[in-house]
Amino acid sequence: MAEQAPLVCKDIHKTFNQLEVLKGISLETRKGDVISLIGSSGSGKSTFLRCINLLETPTSGDIIVHGDPIRFTNNRKGERIPADNRQVEKIRSRLSMVFQGFNLWSHMTVLENIIEAPIHVLGVPKKEAIERAEAYLQKVGIYERKDYYPAQMSGGQQQRAAIARALAMEPDVMLFDEPTSALDPELVGEVLKVMQSLAEEGRTMIVVTHEMAFARDVSTQVLFLHQGVIEEQGTPDKVFDHPESERMKQFLAPKF
Amino acid sequence: MLDLKGYGPSLLEGAVVTVELALFSLLFAVALGLVGASSKLSGNRFLVGAATAYTTLIRGVPDLVMMLLFYYGGQVLVNSLSDYLYYEYEIDFFFQFDPFISGVLTIGLIFGAYMTETFRGAFLAVDIGQIEAARAYGFSRWHTFRRVMIPQMLRHALPGIGNNWQVLLKTTALASIIGLTDMVRVAEEAAKAERSPFMFFIPVALVYLALTAASELFIKWLDKRANVGVVHGD
Repeated sequence: MAEQAPLVCKDIHKTFNQLEVLKGISLETRKGDVISLIGSSGSGKSTFLRCINLLETPTSGDIIVHGDPIRFTNNRKGERIPADNRQVEKIRSRLSMVFQGFNLWSHMTVLENIIEAPIHVLGVPKKEAIERAEAYLQKVGIYERKDYYPAQMSGGQQQRAAIARALAMEPDVMLFDEPTSALDPELVGEVLKVMQSLAEEGRTMIVVTHEMAFARDVSTQVLFLHQGVIEEQGTPDKVFDHPESERMKQFLAPKF
Repeated sequence: MLDLKGYGPSLLEGAVVTVELALFSLLFAVALGLVGASSKLSGNRFLVGAATAYTTLIRGVPDLVMMLLFYYGGQVLVNSLSDYLYYEYEIDFFFQFDPFISGVLTIGLIFGAYMTETFRGAFLAVDIGQIEAARAYGFSRWHTFRRVMIPQMLRHALPGIGNNWQVLLKTTALASIIGLTDMVRVAEEAAKAERSPFMFFIPVALVYLALTAASELFIKWLDKRANVGVVHGD
């Protein structure tokens, strides 16, 4: 039997007050895929990513995590809502997210940030959670900052801590929402380097990004979104070097 | 010297009553404030309505009127309830509304309304990203509330809690009106009997001042602890 896809999204639509932001996006991952979502601001790529872990509820369409489809129901106003919060919490614990603004819990130290969800959501014993956290902190290169509070570190360090927090969940798929967009240009490299090493380890990742070099060199698949639809899709080679759509060609054209 | 014509010890006992009344009222007020603020932010129409009615009512009625209403009205209500239970179901139940309990209930209820507003503002000031991160990592609603929202909210709420506490502490003096033997009541009786108001009211004023000054230091310390991990730009 073929291995089950860690994540399948089928025909995702999302409407905010009559404005249709996503007009039917589908995506299928295999284990070890690194999928980059690119496109201009407002193209819907972040919204799509946030639909995957239900931070936004898709207006229609299915999300299937390891063969387990998320169940939906309608509330009294007729809006679609998840039917079972427990199921959503369980699925979220298998899809870790890294945010543009890091969103480390500011009242906890780096180590506390990393062990919080493994202990309280996954039920990992504290001692094991700490060992795990320390190993991942070594990996992202900020072990010596483990007792710092987020505000005492640079943006790049905070984002690496956030990546360690995501890794500590040992997730099936990691979701990155513009992880380098809030960083000083000088700090972008350290975060991308960590992400590249994760990709090389065969972790399944979906990355919303403006870093074209990263999308081209690291991804296995690139999706170009434009006005809520997938305009171009395929291997980096196909999307960057032999694009078919006019919009993609424009997007890649040199701006100076 | 602190004998104060023999009234010293009972003044001291009165001061202890004042502090006890203030602390119990604070506990009740904080609990009500958390419930009130959560209700106001719940988005549930019934809860929002109930909490809004509560804060509007309390903030619009003088504290003294509330105190009298609770003390006298509360006993009447309890009496008719216990009569009803006895005659209808032969349940023998009685509850004496003593001034201390009325005081805690009234002051707690009044300051619960102010705490509701303090906590509501503080909850709204919590960065949405902090809550989203909790949701994205599979936290339940209760876990998010307890581990992320409460500690983050407290940073914003502490100055307001401190203010409310100082006013609350001074409001306890009203309970002397309904016959609670707090320090104000003792001083009043003594001043009347000895015809020397300064001798008794000035020490009382000084005790209040000492209590509020000490609480100010304590709140500062708490604030520092709650804000660990925050870098202040200056």
